[in-house]
Formats: sequence, structure tokens, C-alpha cells
Amino acid sequence: MTSLTGWGGTAPSTAEVLRPSSADEVAHALASAGARGLIARGLGRAYGDAAQNGGGQVLETHALQGLGPVVDGTITVGAGVSLDALLRHLVPQGWFVGVTPGTRYVTVGGAIASDIHGKNHHVDGGFCQWVERFTLAAPTGVLELTPEDDRFWATAGGMGLTGVVTQATLRLIPISSSGMAVTTDRTQDLDQALELLSTDDRYSVAWIDLLSASGRAVVGRGDHAEGNDLTYDPSPRLAMPPVPNLINALTVKAFNELWWRKAPKHHEGRESIATFFHPLDGVRSWNRVYGSGGFVQYQFVVPLDADAVLRDAVSALARAKAPTFLAVLKKLGPQPGLMSFPMPGWTLALDVPTALPGLATLLDGLDERVAAAGGRVYLSKDARLRPDLLAAMYPQLPRWQELQAALDPDGVLRSDLSRRLPLLARRQAPRGH
Amino acid sequence: MVTDALGRPGTVLVLGGRSDIGLAIAQALSPRTTLLAGRGCPIEFDADDVSSHQGVIDAVVAEHGDLDVVVLAFGVLGDQAVDEVDPSRAVAVMRTNLLGGVSAATVVANQLRAQGHGSLVVLSSVAGERVRRSNYVYGASKAGLDGFALGLGETLRGSGAKVLVVRPGFVHTKMTQALPKAPLATTPEKVAEVTRKGLASGAEVVWAPGALRFVMSVLRHVPRGLFRRLPV
Ligand SMILES: Cc1cc2nc3c(=O)[nH]c(=O)nc-3n(C[C@H](O)[C@H](O)[C@H](O)COP(=O)(O)OP(=O)(O)OC[C@H]3O[C@@H](n4cnc5c(N)ncnc54)[C@H](O)[C@@H]3O)c2cc1C
Ligand SMILES: NC(=O)c1ccc[n+]([C@@H]2O[C@H](COP(=O)([O-])OP(=O)(O)OC[C@H]3O[C@@H](n4cnc5c(N)ncnc54)[C@H](OP(=O)(O)O)[C@@H]3O)[C@@H](O)[C@H]2O)c1
Repeated sequence: MTSLTGWGGTAPSTAEVLRPSSADEVAHALASAGARGLIARGLGRAYGDAAQNGGGQVLETHALQGLGPVVDGTITVGAGVSLDALLRHLVPQGWFVGVTPGTRYVTVGGAIASDIHGKNHHVDGGFCQWVERFTLAAPTGVLELTPEDDRFWATAGGMGLTGVVTQATLRLIPISSSGMAVTTDRTQDLDQALELLSTDDRYSVAWIDLLSASGRAVVGRGDHAEGNDLTYDPSPRLAMPPVPNLINALTVKAFNELWWRKAPKHHEGRESIATFFHPLDGVRSWNRVYGSGGFVQYQFVVPLDADAVLRDAVSALARAKAPTFLAVLKKLGPQPGLMSFPMPGWTLALDVPTALPGLATLLDGLDERVAAAGGRVYLSKDARLRPDLLAAMYPQLPRWQELQAALDPDGVLRSDLSRRLPLLARRQAPRGH
Repeated sequence: MVTDALGRPGTVLVLGGRSDIGLAIAQALSPRTTLLAGRGCPIEFDADDVSSHQGVIDAVVAEHGDLDVVVLAFGVLGDQAVDEVDPSRAVAVMRTNLLGGVSAATVVANQLRAQGHGSLVVLSSVAGERVRRSNYVYGASKAGLDGFALGLGETLRGSGAKVLVVRPGFVHTKMTQALPKAPLATTPEKVAEVTRKGLASGAEVVWAPGALRFVMSVLRHVPRGLFRRLPV
């Protein structure tokens, strides 16, 4: 029995961990799961409890490896392959993944189950729009799914609750250089940042200083550079100022100040893939700096015309003096997955230590505003959402539940997340909770 | 349900659902759902009817799913003067506090162990930490329950489930209404706050008020001859 948490280090539960090394073993695990069911787990980078299953089984995908050759700009890989391994394999050959999140340490299976978005979402869509097909081991059998199939879009963003992805074929972006051509701007307030994020640059993101009253930001925009150097060395280097050991409003303020000051007013230059996409991967175990109580990441999206909610959220968090390092602001585009997070709108993501007084009430209040505006909270980051708002935030939930129930009629797939939030349709004869 | 990252339980079940302390604890934890089980409560539960405990818990779980925090709050004070001469009365105190507690705690622990998460809060008492002449029947029932709960907590280590033993001193509630106020008297809300913090920090035993921890660590070791003469 193993005690597991998500990346935020909160709400542990104990489960039996399985490590199958083939699709057959996965199918067997599904067939012989106990009353508390089973859920897949990649690298545990979801912040909350999505990859936990207290009292049941957690199927770690690490041994589902395999990196095929690049054929016609696509590659077939095992679902347990990390984006780190994938990039080390691909970049020197002149290829890049369609979507990378803010860390390389996620698996392909986890990227599908969260239908992750990157800095290019507004232009290129989310991870599953770059997936040509995948193999899904569902309790009802093994399926080869393509985007024509509704069950593909139920699995995209389906948080592992439709089955275990064992293999996927990904479409790739050709690159001629491992460098990134990047424009960096330091803005005085939120409005300037929103404006810069609305340009048609392929990749763009803003880091906002929530401890400043103005919502000042550093905006990075860029694309793959032209050239012929495909050297790729993502080894850790400090892309960020030293992270303080002691987190409180003062030390974080100092850190944010340094971050903002060190950014140029306007600069065009080159950066590496690692510093542009994965700056946090250079800081070791940064998720421990919040102390033993852990932290939560709050990420929401609101429609483009609901930027008032975004502004209110920024000032509410600033007023609460939440010691948050650099909140991340991005523009998102549409996404076909039934439970996928993105929608055309503004997304804000920030870390807050759980110890902040009044945090539960503050975030519950923000949830309500976000839901009322037609927005939603990201389940892969969530660890505390108000259960009563799930259905409003995910209007396709009923359709997803139908497809989910057909793939898993006996309720084998379960997670702490699915127990905390009313994701699964209530079945006539429950198999136990 | 499941306790969230901010320590807010999905479901809290209070056994002894009209207990002032039990209700205060449920309120302090601000769960998404509070379930009250007791005599005349939405969920009918009689601590003395030990053979019914499994069925009650099973029905609650079938209806509401995982239990995040279960508060074992039922208890009777008894009437010391009567209890010490009437064996059936003495046994009645034991039946509710000790046997009822042992049974309910075991049923709940099995459920929490199967869930791989969850906490059982056991309302013990400083009266059980060093049993006194003036209320030894009640004190002995709490001493038994306290020891049982600590042992149960040990067996649950590694399972994801936990036991928190709460040892209040004198608390102003229905139970103590008729009694003269004792030193270090406290309120159900204060006991609840101590309990909330204990759950958040993963404590195994807490005292309410906290100062009693030190008072009791002295009292526990006072020789019998001297203890007899103390005004406690
Ligand atoms: C520093 C950091 C930055 C991040 N930045 C971004 C970002 O920019 N954009 C973004 O979208 N997300 C981001 N994330 C979130 C992260 O991308 C997702 O949580 C992702 O799902 C993590 O992948 P994982 O392999 O660690 O999966 P886990 O955390 O282990 O699991 C996440 C979910 O995927 C399911 N799952 C895992 N493997 C499989 C499988 N083989 N088959 C079926 N289901 C499976 C699990 O059941 C669970 O529901 C970030 C996370 C961190 C820690
Ligand atoms: N108050 C104190 O000073 C103090 C100090 C230390 C420890 N404690 C302990 O804390 C716990 C809560 O006590 P409290 O102060 O909150 O007193 P309370 O308000 O009197 O609560 C005790 C509850 O137990 C219930 N109960 C008794 N016998 C029962 C049975 N057979 N089945 C079901 N429920 C039964 C009672 O139900 P009814 O309402 O139906 O009678 C009552 O609601 C008790 O275990 C008590 O021993 C109290």
C-alpha cells in the first residue's frame, strides 16, 4: 500500500500501485480490479487528486514505454513516455511536439487525459488536436480511437475515467532550429498584457505579479527560430531568480519584484526551448517551498468578453495578499473535447499555499463568479472546487457521462477526484464507492 | 466524498448527532455534507444496540459514499452516586460509552481502511486519563475507550485512515449542565477548534483546552496517596 498525493502535496490517500508493462497487463488489471476500482497515473503532475484512488488500485504507466520512428511527421509512442524523453528524441531530428505544458515531466497518457494546452493554444489548439489515434484499454475492451469517434473526445480531458491509454500516435511540428525567437515586454498593468496576448504570435504567455496593485506583467511571445542548429540540452540551469526558502507575502513580493525588474522593457532575442517553455523545470523540487501544508493551484478560464471577472479575480487575490509567485495569464482558443478545459477566453493560473487564512472562502467565491460568466476551473489543477458548480462549468457533462458509462458500465474506473466531484453518473446498482 | 486540499471534508458523520460538542466539530470543519446519526436524528442510531452498527454505517455509505470524518460523540455521564452501588447502572454507562464506542469505532475503522483515507475522531475525556474517585464509573468507561482508540489508531497506520483522540476537560454542554463549573472549563466551539487543528496537523491526541496536556501529564504521575487528597 502506498500513500499518494498530486503535485500540490495535499489530501493523501492510500492505494495499491500496479506497474503493468504491456497493454495485455493493463487489460488484465482492469478485468481484475477490486470494488474500489482503478485509475491510471502518469508522472503525478496533476496538482490535485486526479491520479489517486484511495483504497483501490492506481496503475502507474511508467513501464508503457516505446518510441517509434518519425513517419510522415508523426510518431507512435507508449503512453508512459514523458515529454522530456520525447523532446530529447525529437528535437535533434528537427521535430517538436504540437503542445507542451509548462513542465516536460508529464506523460503522453496524462497529456491526453487532461487534454493539456500550451502557450500556442489560441493558434494550434490543445494536445488532443495533435493526436491522430490512440489505443484505449477500457473495461469493455481495447479500442483504437481516432478523432472521428466520440469516445476519442470523451477520453480527451476525461481524467482517466474512460480507460487507460496505452499508446498514441502524435502529429509533430517540423523545426529547423532548437532556438526560440522571443519578444519580451514588461508591462505596467493588466490591460497592456491582454493587448499583447491578443496578437497572432504562435506562442504567448504573461506572468503577472499579483502582489503589485497594478497587475504588472512580463509578456513573452515567440516562435521556433529559423536556423540549422538542432542541439538540445535541457539540463537544469537557473532560469529564475533564487526561490526563497520561506514563503510569505514579503519574500514572494521580493521575488516577484526581482523577476519583473530583471525583465527588459522590450527585447527581441533568442532563448532555448527549456528556458522558454519549461522555466520551472530548472528549479528543483520547487513544489516543496510552500511547506508541509502544501499548496493549491487555482486555474480558471472565462470567455473573452468576461475580462471583468478576470480583473476582479486579480484584485481579489492581490487584496488577500496571497503570496503567489507569478500568476500565469494566457489566451485560449476553442477545444473539441467534451471535458477539456480550454474555451475561447482568458485563463489565469496561480499557486497559493493552503495555509493562507480565508483561502477556501475566497476561492469558493471566485468559482461562483467564474461559473456565472460561463467559465470553468481546470480539473487537472483542481483540489477544492465547489462540487455544486461542476455541471455549470462543464455543460457537456451529461453527454460525457453517457459515453463514460458505456465504456465502463460496472464502474471500474474511479479516482479521489471522481469521489470529490460529481463527475460520474449515479449508477442503478452501485458497485461500492 | 473526499477531503479537499484545504482540509474541507466532503462528508462528516456525527455519531451522537445531538451532542453539543459533536455538532460544534461538524460546524468547524465546514464539510460539504453533514450527516447526523443518533436517537431522533435524521439517521437513526442507538449506540447501545451494537448489532445494528454495521447496518447503519453500510446504509450511510451506500447513500453518501466515502466518509471523510466520523465523530464518535455519543456518551453518557451517568450518575456517580447511583452507578457505584447499582451494578445495572454502572453497566449501562459502560454499555454506551465503552461497548458502543468499541463497536462503532471498529465498524467505522473498517470502512475508513477500505477507503484508504478518512479520520475517526473519538471524544475521550481527561476523566479517563487519570480516573478519579468522584466519577470513576464514567472515567473508567473513557479510560477503556481512550486506550482502545489509541490502539486502533496504531493498527490503521499506513492504511491512509487515522484516529484522533480528543480529551476535553470540563465543557459547558447539556451533559454538564447540572454540574458545578470546574477549573479550565471550556466551550464546545473551543473543543471543535482544537479538533480541527488536530486533524489538519495529523495529530493523534489533542487536549481541550491545550493546557490540560501539561496538567494531565503531572496528574498522571501523582502518587495515589496524594492524588486522593487533591481537590480534583
Ligand atoms: C509545473 C507544471 C506546469 C504545468 N503546466 C501546464 C500547462 O501549461 N498546461 C496544461 O494543460 N497543464 C499543465 N500542467 C498540468 C499537467 O500538464 C497535467 O496535470 C498532466 O495531466 C500531467 O500529466 P501526468 O503524466 O503527470 O499525469 P498524472 O498527474 O499522473 O495524471 C493526470 C490525469 O491523467 C490521467 N492519466 C494519466 N495517464 C493516463 C493514461 N495512460 N491513460 C488514461 N489516463 C491517464 C490520470 O488518471 C489523471 O486523471 C502543469 C503541471 C505542472 C506541475
Ligand atoms: N461536556 C463535557 O464536559 C465533556 C468532557 C469530556 C468529554 N466529553 C465527551 O464528549 C462527548 C460529547 O458530549 P457532549 O458534551 O456534547 O454532551 P451531549 O450534548 O449530552 O451529547 C452526548 C450525546 O450522546 C448521545 N447519546 C447518549 N447515549 C446514546 C445512545 N445510546 N445512542 C445514541 N446516542 C446517545 C446523546 O443523545 P440524546 O440527545 O438522545 O440524549 C447526546 O446527544 C461525550 O462522549 C462526552 O462523554 C464531554
